[in-house]
Amino acid sequence: MASVNRRVLPGFSLTLGYTVFYLGVLVLLPITAVFIKASSLSLHEFLGAVWTERARAAYLLTFGTSFLAAVANVVLGGLIAWVLTRYTFPGKRILDSLVDLPLALPTAVGGLIYASLYVENGWIGRYLVPLGIRGAYTRLGIVLVLIFVGLPFVVRTVQPVLEDLDPEAEEASSSLGATRWQTFTHVILPTLYPALITGFALAFARSIGEYGSVVFISGNMPFKTEIAPILIVARLEEFAYGEATAIAVVLLAISFSMLLVVNLLESWSRRHDR
Amino acid sequence: MAYIPTGGRAGRRAAITALIVGALGLVACGKSKSGGAAKDVELLNVSYDPTRELWRDLNEKFIAAYEKESGTKVTIKQSHGGSSTQARAVIDGLEADVVTLASYLDTEAISKKGLIQPNWIDKLPSRSLPYTSTVIFVVRKGNPKAIKDWPDLIKPGVEVITPNPKTSGNGYLSFFSAWGSVVLRGGSRDDAITYVTQLYKQVPVLDSGARGATTTFVQKKIGDVHLAWENEAHLEVREAKGELELVYPPISIRAEPHVAIVDGNVDRKDTRKAAEAYLKFAYTDEGQEIAAKHFYRPSNEAILKKHAATFPELRLFAITEIAKDFPDAHKQFIGEGGVFDTIYSPKK
Repeated sequence: MASVNRRVLPGFSLTLGYTVFYLGVLVLLPITAVFIKASSLSLHEFLGAVWTERARAAYLLTFGTSFLAAVANVVLGGLIAWVLTRYTFPGKRILDSLVDLPLALPTAVGGLIYASLYVENGWIGRYLVPLGIRGAYTRLGIVLVLIFVGLPFVVRTVQPVLEDLDPEAEEASSSLGATRWQTFTHVILPTLYPALITGFALAFARSIGEYGSVVFISGNMPFKTEIAPILIVARLEEFAYGEATAIAVVLLAISFSMLLVVNLLESWSRRHDR
Repeated sequence: MAYIPTGGRAGRRAAITALIVGALGLVACGKSKSGGAAKDVELLNVSYDPTRELWRDLNEKFIAAYEKESGTKVTIKQSHGGSSTQARAVIDGLEADVVTLASYLDTEAISKKGLIQPNWIDKLPSRSLPYTSTVIFVVRKGNPKAIKDWPDLIKPGVEVITPNPKTSGNGYLSFFSAWGSVVLRGGSRDDAITYVTQLYKQVPVLDSGARGATTTFVQKKIGDVHLAWENEAHLEVREAKGELELVYPPISIRAEPHVAIVDGNVDRKDTRKAAEAYLKFAYTDEGQEIAAKHFYRPSNEAILKKHAATFPELRLFAITEIAKDFPDAHKQFIGEGGVFDTIYSPKK
């Protein structure tokens, strides 16, 4: 591989220039602005804004529900990707395009629909609520909508890898005497790890910032179902820009370090596959 | 590589295209210049969510009246959204000629940034209030929990729907009303704290905005009573076709959705004359009738009287009776570390 000319097409410096420029304008600049705005507060004010008991409860809830939703999405999304690549059946195309729907639907609509399905008189809620399972205005509800918004990310990252996976490897494995389970855990899963981890990271990151759908299903009760982005909105309502951005900075910092860990994990698994 | 098949022609074509585009641009510029300054005026009214239909009606009548009176043709654009979100948009550069927001807090925030002159509130009649509103109750058919007054809301088993005071104007007005209902009828501050604490314990869902709360109450059928804007309550009951009823408590807050001219923008855009006429139109008898039709209380006493059947009398207290002013009330009751924050404890 090393002998192949890495620059078949010219223009490395030009494209790199564009990359840096666009990343700067689209991502770095707004984020820097957030940090500058937050730095208008003194350290005392900053801590007062971001480290109240209520704020800590909200961070815990935001990251906890996002994590659970991302884990559920890895399992569900992986399964859906498997079915969509490995089998042909009527209506597959339709199912396949259904996967992208959560990206297109305004998430507020998703939240409203989920909430009305899971309340006591809703289509699903009327069977679940008598069993003690409340899917609306609870933490469970938050996880449900976050699974909804995060699903496409896992499916769409795993799908291409599965499509490239050569069935011959599985046949070889089974002809060498591996059980089905061994083939799955030793042949298929290791190739999928990097994609699963990326999908997890994307779904997780998406969930942390999610606002529209969650406010409609969570009930927004302080200490119970109040997510961190609600605190930001509440502070904005008081025209307290500095305090609002301070909370955003904390969310950004935690998310960034978590994504960094996930990326390290991914590159580690890439190096160790096969 | 020596032979370039269509380079010359393509180049010429591009040049011609550029010329045409340029010429069109010039024509467009010339047109907007000659037409714009002298005759047509465009106004942007930045308002909050539920006033959409009200201002649409007012616009239609105003445009006709103004053209007849001054010969100037006005077009009016409306922008609606959460009140403080809208205020932030104007602060950040949305070129509103007039703002018709839900609360003094929002208009004052724009004024603080220098876009509206400090004495704006005295520039128009009735403290810049062409109409007012309040918070009233909506209950289920037949009022099964017998809710008549604020103390009834904290009876055991009553569930109250009201949005989060921290994120919604409807939310904090409900809070202020509840507070006033205690302290203005002889209760102490401690009584009021006890009352609101119990009240919010009986709120099963804190929606982030007024519309969300309405959905929770009407569509999802959660709760026994909904604390709603008066105008929204009337629409809600009318649309529910007998499933819901209005209840007027004896006392509630006077909600003051002030209107104001955005001085910084109208002076730059040279639209002051039309903008002033526009807001003043809301005070005419015609404008006041339109307000009443959309269930906003007209500030003209005679017209309010005429619609006494729609707007029953109740004691509407001013924010100054429970605090210094709106910003002070918000800070004391809703802001970080205020009374509302003490209601929720981490252990519950």
